[in-house]
Amino acid sequence: MGRQILIDPVTRLEGHAKITLHLDDEGAVEAAHFHVTQLRGFEKFCEGRRFFEMPYLMSRICGICPVSHLIASAKTCDAILAVSIPETAANLRRVMNLAQIIQSHALSFFYLSSPDLLLGMEADPGERNLFGVAAAHPALAHDGVGLRQFGQQIIESLGGRRIHPGWVVPGGVAEPLTAERRDRILAGIPEALSRVQRTLDWFKRTIESFREEIRTFANFPSMFLGLVGPNGELETYDGKLRLRGETGNLIHDQLDPQRYAEFIGEVSEPWTYMKFPYYKPAGSEHGFYRVGPLARLNIVSRCGTTRADQELAEFREMGRGAVLSSFHYHYARLIEILHGIERIEELLADPKILSKDVRAVAEPNRREGIGVAEAPRGTLIHHYKIDDEGLITWANLIIATGHNNMAMNRGILQAARHYVSGDQISEGMLNRVEAVIRTFDPCLSCSTHAVGQMPMLVQVVARDGTLVRELRRN
Amino acid sequence: MNPAAPDVKTLRIDGVDVSARADQTVLEAAREKGLSIPTLCHLDGLSDVGACRLCLVEVKGTSKLMPACVTRVEEGMEVTTQSDRLLKYRRMILELLFAERNHVCSVCVANGHCDLQWLGQAHGLTHVQFPYRYPKLSVDASHMRFAVDHNRCILCTRCVRVCDEVEGAHTWDVMGRGIESSVITDLQQPWGESDTCTSCGKCVQVCPTGALFEKGRARSVVKDRDFLPYLAMMREGKR
Repeated sequence: MGRQILIDPVTRLEGHAKITLHLDDEGAVEAAHFHVTQLRGFEKFCEGRRFFEMPYLMSRICGICPVSHLIASAKTCDAILAVSIPETAANLRRVMNLAQIIQSHALSFFYLSSPDLLLGMEADPGERNLFGVAAAHPALAHDGVGLRQFGQQIIESLGGRRIHPGWVVPGGVAEPLTAERRDRILAGIPEALSRVQRTLDWFKRTIESFREEIRTFANFPSMFLGLVGPNGELETYDGKLRLRGETGNLIHDQLDPQRYAEFIGEVSEPWTYMKFPYYKPAGSEHGFYRVGPLARLNIVSRCGTTRADQELAEFREMGRGAVLSSFHYHYARLIEILHGIERIEELLADPKILSKDVRAVAEPNRREGIGVAEAPRGTLIHHYKIDDEGLITWANLIIATGHNNMAMNRGILQAARHYVSGDQISEGMLNRVEAVIRTFDPCLSCSTHAVGQMPMLVQVVARDGTLVRELRRN
Repeated sequence: MNPAAPDVKTLRIDGVDVSARADQTVLEAAREKGLSIPTLCHLDGLSDVGACRLCLVEVKGTSKLMPACVTRVEEGMEVTTQSDRLLKYRRMILELLFAERNHVCSVCVANGHCDLQWLGQAHGLTHVQFPYRYPKLSVDASHMRFAVDHNRCILCTRCVRVCDEVEGAHTWDVMGRGIESSVITDLQQPWGESDTCTSCGKCVQVCPTGALFEKGRARSVVKDRDFLPYLAMMREGKR
């Protein structure tokens, strides 16, 4: 008789989700589903609103990465205005997006995942949280908090507030950067660099002890998608799309993001609110790809900054062609933090960053716009249509986490098949299944966060609905 | 009473002796003395309509609450502007305003510079006890420079009055009754097609919320209302 295991809620990720594992008669996992259980409805309720309002409306999707939505949305509005924004404005937005990536990666790595990495997958759930990390390894926790603070303070220095800053506007940014604020950001760079370097060194020493996880955490061939600069360098604000295959082969390069709809389709499933984007030419069954830090480091030719490129070379040694295990999202996140800090320093060192010319003003000149940027979790696509008065008639958003949906589902199945067997369910087993999801750092667009453990209920249910076994975690 | 000025009345507001001209309102007398009474539909330079009821005060000798903006001062009047009862009603009025339409401060063009938001904060409003109505209302962005978002309108009629009394165009008016009321331009034509609108923008500046705003502006737009008493005074002088 087939049975079902339910992990609900899945903890230490941004948002609410649950996992069901379907067991066959022998107790082996035959199917796994990752369910996003909440509907947000942003694409629908923005209809009838002014397009100018969209960056602020859309940034409310998330309190973790409001900046990414602000930027993708403002770029969509730039496309509707049909303006080319001043170079300084583009660079200021670039700095803010990098700061956002640094703080979000720090949140994911240190706050959400380091408890598993440092204390172990089998550690007592009561200890397996940031406070446990702080007790066991205070320096690491301190570096995590410090890096997140570094990113958040840059966002505040530029935009006036850390969460939902209103500074990114259609056509550019609202105010130029002052020398005093620039210097304040620059002053924090040496310490941030040493914090991330220390963490990288620790992580590289630790990685050997996770061989089994590396082998089984969503470790499979897939395509990888992301933006790259004109010379194939790591680029998170602007740029063109690049798609690489599992062996590192180039499938598309310098693809104009305005053409995304030709290459990316979306399908829905009845059991989750999150759609499944896929690469159209390969079809919805086989066209799955990954985005985010791992994908970006797999697709780029180089990072474009000295220290990050050294780390990238070492990272690349782990896979032939492409690094395939999603466990290495963690590693990639640390390298991207390093790149972000170096790149911010470069951008701020240019005296033109203080230019007062930071905004292009125009009326809407097009009825449709597409804006694409790299969010911490991957490629973020905003696409709006407006009427004659500038009111939104249609909106489509493809969120970074959505791109990874197929890969996450397959990853859970892979890990569950390896770790879970119907008759012996241990807490550590289930934590590993959750940890697969955490490598992707999915943002389920919800402001609910769990520091530490939320109660988890695992039920083994027979096909006729009777409860066979129950495991409760408090 | 001062025999030299027979048109002066003496009254007590919150226990303070106040002198005022006979043609002044309780609100004017109180504000001249530095006593604060909350208002929303009132704006210096425009006529008063007593619509929002936020300036209600207690007057000794009557159980009715009186709107300070349209109540003339009287000799020997004893007025209370702050009491638990008044605070309760003022809060209730603000809550009803928030519940009536779709006020979402976080994405509003007037966030941080909104009279309704300030008053909510000043009255310690943390929750709205009435169920929100969530009406489906339109945004009219047909005008070249300005737009009206009816979701944020509180029907204070400042726009109607400034357009009629100061600009002299009377483009704005109110249509419908009760909860169905709405401000309209001309005979409910799109604003961009209005024959009477001079595009002066005074309505935008006097609007207490983000209901009327300039296009191309996104957030935290400060409204300029200082021009109004000056303009009203100058026009008065020329009549």
